[in-house]
Amino acid sequence: MARMKFLLDAERCIECNACVTACKNEHEVPWGINRRRVVTLNDGKPGERSISMACMHCTDAPCMAVCPVDCFYKTAEGVVLHSKDLCIGCGYCFYACPFGAPQYPQAGNFGTRGKMDKCTFCAAGPEPSNTDASFAKYGRNRIAEGKLPLCAEMCSTKALLAGDGDVIAGIYRERVTTRGYGSGAWGWATAYGEGSRT
Amino acid sequence: MTLATKIRTLALVACALGFFVAGQSVAQTPPAPVNATSTPPVSATEGARLMPPAVGAYQSPSQRPEAGLMANDAELLHALTPTRGWVSIPDQKAATLIQPAGRDWRQTVKGPIRVWGSWLILGMCCLLIAFYLLRGKIMIDSGLSGRTIERFNGTERFVHWMTAGAFVVLAISGLNITYGRYLLLPLLGPDAFTSLSVLLKYAHNYLSFAFMLGVVLMFVMWVRHNIPSKLDLQWLAVGGGLFSKGVHPPADKFNAGQKLIFWSVIVGGATLSFTGIWLLFPFQFGDVSSMQLMQVIHAIVGLVLTAIVIAHIYIGSLGMEQAFDAMGTGQVDENWAKEHHGVWLAKVKGQAMPAYKMGHD
Repeated sequence: MARMKFLLDAERCIECNACVTACKNEHEVPWGINRRRVVTLNDGKPGERSISMACMHCTDAPCMAVCPVDCFYKTAEGVVLHSKDLCIGCGYCFYACPFGAPQYPQAGNFGTRGKMDKCTFCAAGPEPSNTDASFAKYGRNRIAEGKLPLCAEMCSTKALLAGDGDVIAGIYRERVTTRGYGSGAWGWATAYGEGSRT
Repeated sequence: MTLATKIRTLALVACALGFFVAGQSVAQTPPAPVNATSTPPVSATEGARLMPPAVGAYQSPSQRPEAGLMANDAELLHALTPTRGWVSIPDQKAATLIQPAGRDWRQTVKGPIRVWGSWLILGMCCLLIAFYLLRGKIMIDSGLSGRTIERFNGTERFVHWMTAGAFVVLAISGLNITYGRYLLLPLLGPDAFTSLSVLLKYAHNYLSFAFMLGVVLMFVMWVRHNIPSKLDLQWLAVGGGLFSKGVHPPADKFNAGQKLIFWSVIVGGATLSFTGIWLLFPFQFGDVSSMQLMQVIHAIVGLVLTAIVIAHIYIGSLGMEQAFDAMGTGQVDENWAKEHHGVWLAKVKGQAMPAYKMGHD
């Protein structure tokens, strides 16, 4: 079975934020939560690069490891999902995540964060796919419909790739070979281990 | 606090070593070919072990110092510090692209804290069981006199039990966050365990204020009785008479053992309060890395204080005759007072009672 991954080609990202908007619209993500965001490094300076970042669905996911109520699970495709019914909003996954993916609907004073929300790789959560309850909590389940994550699907420069890790790595490798340079797949070493460095 | 820093430093050093090794291996890979024809074959299973990109191919490194860095090398260099950029959304926390410290925090929480914490708590319980089996309940050697004397007044008892009650809930809910997943989750199942954990989380967050107030009041009330004195050395020299019958070193209102628990609660409680408030109001006082540090300190101090308080609970209930009455009814037998707090009893008996309405007058 395919191991799903995200890959961001920083040479191609033009910081249009379409991935961010598409994600928010597709899943009707609550105000204040960004399941995906675009971070620009060296903004306005030589060597400026933009990187679209979301949950990377890590191989050895820190959020899964530290959750006090064990509300995370991994699908057969390697997608890291969680149950909002089990989440107690303690903030531990936010402390542990290298990518700042877990977010909470409220500010969190006195521990009132609400249920954690993060990118689902468009695979929703544990509930039957595309029911109202599932949509309200996790958003659409595009994977169940045979589609890939919308952020990558509608990326105009195809900087953001989503899908079988081997396939998207192959595409990226080919690009780097053809154009002769590349700035590496951001976060891959952190998310998928040293061996997966591009 | 030093322990937490040590753990953190160790984790950082380990991380640095790891990245140094990783950096070395990257440095050893041959430079990337610029044209496609000389591309070495890469197996699909290897994933994307690609050549380091030759940025110099389109711009010389001297023209663009940063361009000589490939993003992955930049990631390696930034491995010990968060990689920050710029974001167009209001939430500026999102500008941190990668915060590697999360991994150190995870290793610390899931490793040393969880393991040492369980040894600490279980070790203390085993120690107390062994002590009970060897020494038994410490009885009043001279028997009950039948005359009682007030040891703690109503205010003192109220403050003690408010703090104690809050602490027990705080300790249980804290232990649940650390160990519940391993101990209770398999027993209760996910739904019941989540309901319990939510309840305990709110109990932890709100009862903390009762605990903090209690610590402040106890400090005000009892600090003057807890200044170390020469008597404490005598008391400690004979182990407080805990280990042998008929040995009763002189002590004032509080003996050296009680002074140790007092200062543990004051210092531990203050540390727990400080770190706890930091965590209770996310991002009000610092960023995520400060919260990680505060959480580590909070967990370590919490576990240590829990172990200390377990011993305090033992000696104040099962371990010693009449010890519970001191904080229960407030009245203790005079013979008990003579054996355990001789100096205090003499002072109380020798002078007018109102002057010794203990605690705050």
